Amino acid sequence: MATYQLTVNGQRKQVNVDPSTPLLWVLREDLKMTGTKYGCGISACGACTVHLNGVATRSCVVPVSLVGDRPIVTIEGVANDPVGRVVQNAWVEKDVVQCGYCQSGQIMSAVALLKATPKPTDENIEESMGGNLCRCATYVRIREAIKNASQKIK
Amino acid sequence: MFVDRRVLLKAFLFILAVVAAGMGLTAHGPGEAGASRPPVADGLAAWADVYSVLISPRCINCHTATRYPQQGDDRHRHFANVIRGRGGRGVPGLVCLSCHQDQNADSTGVPGGPGWHLAPLSMKWQDTNDRPLSSADVCRAVTDRSKNENMDGRALLKHHEEAELVLWAWNPGRRPDGTMRTIPPLTHAQFVAATRTWVEAGTPCPTAK
Repeated sequence: MATYQLTVNGQRKQVNVDPSTPLLWVLREDLKMTGTKYGCGISACGACTVHLNGVATRSCVVPVSLVGDRPIVTIEGVANDPVGRVVQNAWVEKDVVQCGYCQSGQIMSAVALLKATPKPTDENIEESMGGNLCRCATYVRIREAIKNASQKIK
Repeated sequence: MFVDRRVLLKAFLFILAVVAAGMGLTAHGPGEAGASRPPVADGLAAWADVYSVLISPRCINCHTATRYPQQGDDRHRHFANVIRGRGGRGVPGLVCLSCHQDQNADSTGVPGGPGWHLAPLSMKWQDTNDRPLSSADVCRAVTDRSKNENMDGRALLKHHEEAELVLWAWNPGRRPDGTMRTIPPLTHAQFVAATRTWVEAGTPCPTAK
C-alpha cells in the first residue's frame, strides 16, 4: 500500500491503495465517484474514460502509481469546463442516452475531441469516438449531439 | 638498372595490394572463419543483424504503412479502433497516451515509454498488407535522409543506442496475461555493435532482388 495525493475535479484527495490499482477503481471504490464506469477493463470500450492532464485517458488500465501530479477530471466535474457544459447540454437536448452506461465515457471523449477540434467533420467524429462502444447503438445521436455542441462552442 | 627494376616491381605490387584491399577485392574462400573481411562485406553482414531487429514485432509494429499500429507477436491490428492520427500520436478522443503512459504498466499489461507514438509513414517498414519490406527496401528507407528525419550514420547509431522507444524494445514489460513480451533476436549491445559496424562501413545496403 502507498499514499497518493490526487487532484480530482480541482480538489485534492488522498488515497492509500496498492500502487498497481487502476485509477478507475481508486475513483469508484476509494473516492466513491461512481460516474466513471467499468466496461471491459482492458481499454477496449471507453466506458472508463476520464481526462488526465487534459488527455482522454482509459482509467481502467492506468495504475494509480503512474498518475503523478497530473490533474484528473471525471464526468462529475466536466461541467465545470465551458466545453464540457456545452457537451452535456447537447446530450440532454438530443436525448442521446438509452441505457446510459457508456455515456460518461462518450461525453469525456467528445469533450476531448471538441477541445482539440472545435469544428469536427464526420470523419473526425468517427475516428475520435471509434474507441467508445455503445451497445444500445446510440451512435447517430452521439454524432448529432457533438455537432450540436460544436455549433455552440465559442 | 636491374636493381631499380626490382624496387619498382615491389613498389608496384605493394600499391596494387593496398588498392585491392581498399576496393574489397581481397579473396576469401568459403569457411575461412576469423579471416578479416573487407569493410563493405562486414557492413552488409552487420546490416543483416540490424534488419533482424528492425523487423521484430517490438520494432516493426509501430512502423506500419497503414493508418493503424499493430500489436502482439502475430502483429495483428491494434484493437479498440486505434487510428494513426496527426503525427502518429492518435486522434483527440483516443491518443496513444490515452492508454500508454511513460513506462510499462505491468499490472494492467499496457506497454509504455516516453512519448509513445507511431513512426512516421516515411519510416514504414511494411507494405500496406502488413508484410515486412525487404532488407534492401528497409535499408534504403533508413538511410534516406529525406525520410529519416535527416539522420546521418552517426545520428542513426545514436538513435539505436539511446532513443527511449528503441530501448523499450528490450524492456517491453508484461502482457495482460502476466507473461513477458518477447524481445528482439539480438541483445541491445549486439544491436548497437552491429549498427556501429554497419555505420563505419558506410551504411551499405543490399542490392534489391
